[in-house]
Amino acid sequence: MTQLNMVQAINLALREEMARDDRVVLLGEDVGRDGGVFRVTEGLFEEFGPERVIDTPLSESAIVGAAVGMAAYGLRPVAEIQFLGFIYAAFDQLFTHAARIRTRSRGRFTAPLVVRTPYGAGIKAPELHEESTEAFFCHMPGVKVVVPSGPYNAKGLLMAAIRDPDPVLFLEPTRLYRMVKEEVPEGEYTLPLGKARIARPGGAVTVVAWGSMLQRVMKAVEGYDAEVIDPMTLSPFDGETLLDSVKKTGRLVVVHEAPLTCGLGAEIAATVAQEAILHLRGPIIRVAGPDVPVPLAKLIDHYLPSPERIRAALDEVLQY
Amino acid sequence: MESKLRAILPDAELIRMYEQMVLSREFEESCAEQYTKGHITGFLHLYSGQEAVAVGATAGLHRDDYILSAYREHAQAIVRGAEPRRVMAELFGKRTGICKGKGGSMHLFDPNLSFMGGYAIVGGQFPIAVGLAFAAKFRKEGRIVACFFGDGAANQGTFHESLNWARLWELPVLFVCENNSYGIGTSVARASALPDIHRRTCGYDIPSERVYGMDVIAVYEAIKWAAEWVREQNRPFLIEAITYRFRGHSMADPGKYRSLAEVELWKSRDPVPAFANRLVEEEIATEAQLEGIRQQALVTLADAVKFAEESPWPEDSEVWEDVYA
Ligand SMILES: Cc1ncc(C[n+]2csc(CCOP(=O)(O)OP(=O)(O)O)c2C)c(N)n1
Ligand SMILES: [Mg+2]
Repeated sequence: MTQLNMVQAINLALREEMARDDRVVLLGEDVGRDGGVFRVTEGLFEEFGPERVIDTPLSESAIVGAAVGMAAYGLRPVAEIQFLGFIYAAFDQLFTHAARIRTRSRGRFTAPLVVRTPYGAGIKAPELHEESTEAFFCHMPGVKVVVPSGPYNAKGLLMAAIRDPDPVLFLEPTRLYRMVKEEVPEGEYTLPLGKARIARPGGAVTVVAWGSMLQRVMKAVEGYDAEVIDPMTLSPFDGETLLDSVKKTGRLVVVHEAPLTCGLGAEIAATVAQEAILHLRGPIIRVAGPDVPVPLAKLIDHYLPSPERIRAALDEVLQY
Repeated sequence: MESKLRAILPDAELIRMYEQMVLSREFEESCAEQYTKGHITGFLHLYSGQEAVAVGATAGLHRDDYILSAYREHAQAIVRGAEPRRVMAELFGKRTGICKGKGGSMHLFDPNLSFMGGYAIVGGQFPIAVGLAFAAKFRKEGRIVACFFGDGAANQGTFHESLNWARLWELPVLFVCENNSYGIGTSVARASALPDIHRRTCGYDIPSERVYGMDVIAVYEAIKWAAEWVREQNRPFLIEAITYRFRGHSMADPGKYRSLAEVELWKSRDPVPAFANRLVEEEIATEAQLEGIRQQALVTLADAVKFAEESPWPEDSEVWEDVYA
């Protein structure tokens, strides 16, 4: 088995899916000849040609909208948006069409497409190149939202996303692209969408985190009897794994980079409050970004949930 | 020899334009160095090669005309009058920056200079330019709006929506396309059904013109004429300036999509020495004078870097500022 980083793992998933299924096509800005701005699609243009690896004009709305049409016709488009912050012109196509073609046509047209995009903090640019707005997309019935946390699950999740009969937004944490290498097997394996993973078993407190925050949480909880849940699919959310864990630990901390208000932590907290309130032994704590646009450089360190803030939340709920 | 340049602009003005071109170039080269040293983080898109457009265009506008640009906009801001040291401090993320060190390279704003950004979203500036022009016309203040954008941006829906609005309502917008042949790694020919961007306006009945964007005087004359036309007619116009960026799309771009020969060809058309040669040939300046200008720019930049280095970081609490009134 080979050690791959997340960029390589995603590249491998794309290559294997394209080889397996000739309906799979890639489209996006600079994905072809240039191999993608983060080099995720490197070599695929050479291998599969310009008909299947399509360099598009700079038009996000048309990239996602065209993917809907391609998918409805029977192709399996995988669109790339260069940064999540550039998706908003295409938000319309994703929300108003991709998400509801199935419902609208009463199941007779569908949009089995994937939109891949890097997201979250990691390159020390401000605002749109750094933000985590996953919650917008979790508020879109009909679209699935997936966030891998490492090379191994990135490959398995992407393969599952490409095979999924519904539209999937695949958010790739920019910070993790080249941060870690893992054993990533060649060949088929899929990880089911909608199924969370226990990243670390524990008994005293449940911590939920995804993407690049998961890495930070894993370090921060060292020395605590914490169970860490990596949802991997944010929507639809695996409530069962969450509730099983909280019923066992009686405590919950949710960590995300996104701003606190109406972040996914609110939904997770509400689910637990509704379904497991009698199991709780302390308040549910959200450790999140402040409700402001992501600032530049030095201030980012202040913006992101720090290991200290994560541990303070653990201490608070454990000592409650 | 009779000077052609002198017939266009007074000597002092020509020299000032040369100073601005040199300062813009040296500013960008200095940014590259500071990025390599890790003082500038995030994305850094440099303007080297395109100076004739910002300098020629700004000289052709009135001081209070609005300017909007994309994320390759350091030179646009500096030529308009932003202090290099405060722009450099902004890029460093320091509190003394022109946006308090919270916006960085891609989001420069300065209302005192009628400089309305700095847009990291390709095509984001078009409708905003239209809105400013609407307000300017509404207030009858004789100001126009210059909206700079790249060849790639012309493929966004906002471009077409904005052209339509500007013509429909006869708004004073001067669209200025800086066609440098590439949007990141995708050439115009591979991304645009009609690679002549200026011809795209015919669908909206907006007049347009193409200009050689490596010649600062040609740009100046084209913009000057078009800006006055826009102001008098209260109607939109589009200028496409053909130019080239000497460096990669951003500092992170290895630039594999274009040949060395192509880059070298365009470097031989470098607008800065080209203008210097004309100034000397037409006896507007001596070599020594021009070298003095370059030395002065280097002094300005050494000061800018020192200022940025020595400036304080924003306080953590400042993340909460300027989100709401
Ligand atoms: C909406 C959006 N899509 C994609 C990007 C990524 N991106 C940044 S610059 C750029 C190319 C723009 O090319 P052009 O308009 O020609 O300007 P140039 O960089 O050549 O100055 C792309 C694709 C972005 N910033 N915003
Ligand atoms: Mg361009």
